[in-house]
Amino acid sequence: MRNPQETAESELKALMLLALNGDGVAYHRLLKALTPHLRGYFSRRLNGAAEAEDLVQETLIAIHTKRASFDPALPFTAWLYAIARYKMIDHFRKAGIRKTLPLEEAETVVADYDSEAAEAARDVGELLQRLPKAKRELLEKVKLEGLSTAEAAAATGLSESAVKVTIHRSLKALTKLIGGQP
Amino acid sequence: MKTDALIARLAENPAAPEQPQTIFAKGVMTGGFVALALTMMALGPRHDILTAVSTWQYWAKFVYPLTLAIAGFLALERLARPGAAPGWRGWAIALPPVLIVLLAANQWMTAPESIHLHLFYGHSWRLCPFLIVLVSAPVFAGTVWALRKLAPTRPVLAGAAAGLFAGAAGAWIYAFSCNESALVFVSVWYTAGIAAMTVLGAATGRWLLRW
Repeated sequence: MRNPQETAESELKALMLLALNGDGVAYHRLLKALTPHLRGYFSRRLNGAAEAEDLVQETLIAIHTKRASFDPALPFTAWLYAIARYKMIDHFRKAGIRKTLPLEEAETVVADYDSEAAEAARDVGELLQRLPKAKRELLEKVKLEGLSTAEAAAATGLSESAVKVTIHRSLKALTKLIGGQP
Repeated sequence: MKTDALIARLAENPAAPEQPQTIFAKGVMTGGFVALALTMMALGPRHDILTAVSTWQYWAKFVYPLTLAIAGFLALERLARPGAAPGWRGWAIALPPVLIVLLAANQWMTAPESIHLHLFYGHSWRLCPFLIVLVSAPVFAGTVWALRKLAPTRPVLAGAAAGLFAGAAGAWIYAFSCNESALVFVSVWYTAGIAAMTVLGAATGRWLLRW
């Protein structure tokens, strides 16, 4: 079994070799196929979706104008990400962002930051605050901390069935708060 | 512009316009010919060229910059491609200088002390590194032109490699005109000129090789 990265590598490289031989259809497919890779790379490292999309486009143009620099003896994805990385460093430099960390490390620092997930967590937190305290605590124990209903029952002194009913009602109330149909 | 529209437009021209070998050949040959023409017009060939060819030191003076230029080019060619590392080619650069220093040390130790100063300074030590930098300039320009068509992702390192290559190629061209033949002289002042070009390339690479 080959892992997905290896599959991506061999497929993209095959398309690239066809493209360099003048196959426009393969080239179109290649650019289409690597755009999600680039989008993922930049959106994980930059804050705004528009900023990330600008860099995706800049990198696509760079791939096009510098396609002669690809060496068929080397991996395609290494070439691709080296260009993406260069474009990102160039972007930071142009924007005047001075990192006190070397860029190699800065990359790993910002890599884990996912703005969408962070916003979602904040929204859920706000909604939970609007539930009565007892309900909220029970919901947090079971749904967020991952306790079983039996453990939650033991912790709160309620019966197991009472825990189940409370959770069910809390989720219903939350759904209502979000504005969806119960 | 929408990304999809951009992709559709780019896909109209799939084939690479020029191979890297062609790009390098054009830049380096043009720079080399200009450097050679300028050297011959301004400095002329060495006057004792016919008697000098019979000594092995004469050939060492050519072999040293030439092998250094080749090693520099091999590293440069890797640095022009994203995702490629020079690897052993970087280490190969150290080989010619080490060899010439060993040969020069041997010449120094076997020569009588009375000619040591002459072996070291010759009669053109003030001019030699300076002229090597001048002769190298057109080669450097041609090399930078080629690099800009490719994609060096480490501009300072690529600039240094371009400077080293141009400096060594320039020193080789200059050797046709220079009539010093002491290995000690060559190992010091030729190396100084090539090193100056390397530093110059590293210092300007950041600006010249941006894309």
